[in-house]
Amino acid sequence: MEAINHLPFIVGAYAAAFVVIAGLIAWVMLDFRTQRRALADLEMRGVTRRSAVERPQRPMAEAEEKV
Amino acid sequence: MTSLGALLIRDMRLAVRVGGGALIGVLFFLVVVTLVPFAVGPDLALLKRIGPAVLWLAALLASLLALDRLFAVDHEDGSLDLLLMSKTPLELVVAVKGVAHWLTTGLPLVVAAPLIGLLLNLDAAAQAGLVLTLLVGTPALTFIGMIGAAIAVALRRGGLLLAVLVLPLTVPVLIFGVAAANAVLLGAAPFGTPFTILCALSLASLVVGPFAAAAALRQEIE
Amino acid sequence: MSLVDLANPSRFLKFANRALPWLGGVTVIAFAFGLNQAMGAPDDYQQGATVKIMFLHVPSAWLGMLAWGIMSIAALGTLVWRHPLADVAAKAAAPIGAAFTLLCLVTGSLWGRPEWGTYWVWDARLTSELVLFLLYLGVIALWRTVEDPSRAARAAAILTLVGAVDLPIIKFSVDWWNTLHQGASVFRLGGSTIYPTILMPLLVMAVAFTLLFVTLHIAAMRNEILRRRVRTLRLMQAQATS
Repeated sequence: MEAINHLPFIVGAYAAAFVVIAGLIAWVMLDFRTQRRALADLEMRGVTRRSAVERPQRPMAEAEEKV
Repeated sequence: MTSLGALLIRDMRLAVRVGGGALIGVLFFLVVVTLVPFAVGPDLALLKRIGPAVLWLAALLASLLALDRLFAVDHEDGSLDLLLMSKTPLELVVAVKGVAHWLTTGLPLVVAAPLIGLLLNLDAAAQAGLVLTLLVGTPALTFIGMIGAAIAVALRRGGLLLAVLVLPLTVPVLIFGVAAANAVLLGAAPFGTPFTILCALSLASLVVGPFAAAAALRQEIE
Repeated sequence: MSLVDLANPSRFLKFANRALPWLGGVTVIAFAFGLNQAMGAPDDYQQGATVKIMFLHVPSAWLGMLAWGIMSIAALGTLVWRHPLADVAAKAAAPIGAAFTLLCLVTGSLWGRPEWGTYWVWDARLTSELVLFLLYLGVIALWRTVEDPSRAARAAAILTLVGAVDLPIIKFSVDWWNTLHQGASVFRLGGSTIYPTILMPLLVMAVAFTLLFVTLHIAAMRNEILRRRVRTLRLMQAQATS
């Protein structure tokens, strides 16, 4: 058992962890950018949420909104 | 209670008449077991060794195959909505449907198992053990599977998703079913422990299955 | 700001925008500290340097279970209170939990190669982790099959709760099955007592991983809320034009 060089496996495990975690972070960030662009695009075309217009007068409306 | 009895008889009649497809499960069971020797070779000693496992796997797949009909057909023709609106508690309705489904698809597998076991060189004691484990274990497969069937009821092409959702949940049943059957075959381990745990799993699924499936049906159809 | 306020999606977005940079910063610091400790940890007398893989393997396994726990709590929120934010929390947790379970499997098999001489053994821990991974994939498949988000949430919630009931049973039966089949030859973590020099980095890494999970989860929830807004707006737009 001592004959096996352990280093490649340790490096491999840390590399795998790096890849998985970096992948998650990239997924979250790219997704965020996509959604924000889509929202900005819709707003540019004048499509807005009702609650965004009425917000200052009716704080309760915000609480009842659906996601 | 008469309404539940009527439902039981109706479901069983629908399953065995033309187009019901109850016996296709047994046919599938037979075909899967027949395929195994072609894959692993005709070595009778080996087949005997893996026989209980093969029969259990085939029974698992066969009972899964028929599951997507459990609620989907009633959903298509609208009778599921009537069942939802009826005064009888939905949990009981779902449980009765599960029993009817087991009687028409699970029980035939149990009956056919000794005949098919002959093909795999199982002796009489192993046959008896296998039939007993299947008799006790297949209700668990039906009642765990009915949760998946209820979740997938409103989906187009729910069948494949149903398999993906249900199969991992049946791991314990498979483990203890095969363990008990193997205990008879090999005589190395005690039969009682895995068998009683298998009974416990079946009883627990009899309770959990209808409640979860009824909840899923209520959530999906409204 | 109380928890009740956070239950409102817009307030949650504001909270997420404010909290995420801080959480990210703390996570980076925790990882720097944990990795530093992990590199400095002595080799185990039995397993040599491969014990360093444990600092990744155990926290990943922990997060895999934590994510299912969070999904179960969120499932209760979905079914009992019909709360949209619970739907969002459940959906956002699934891919993250699946990713960490996968990481647990990968690091476990890389650990197993030098220890057991093979990449995969049907060891009780690895096997139940594999079943957990399959259940995660099933939940994700369900989320991707149902188009309407709130209906998908309710279906996924029931599956999550059934899984939460079944997971301990699976764990128990896999343990039983494993002792029946092999027993010896498998090394056990609990067998040798963990030395403080190894326990300390492990705890720090567990904290760092948990912080990472919280950060990712909140960020993914924010994305999901935005995705639903985009969906609602597109539907409104489609209705307005038709």
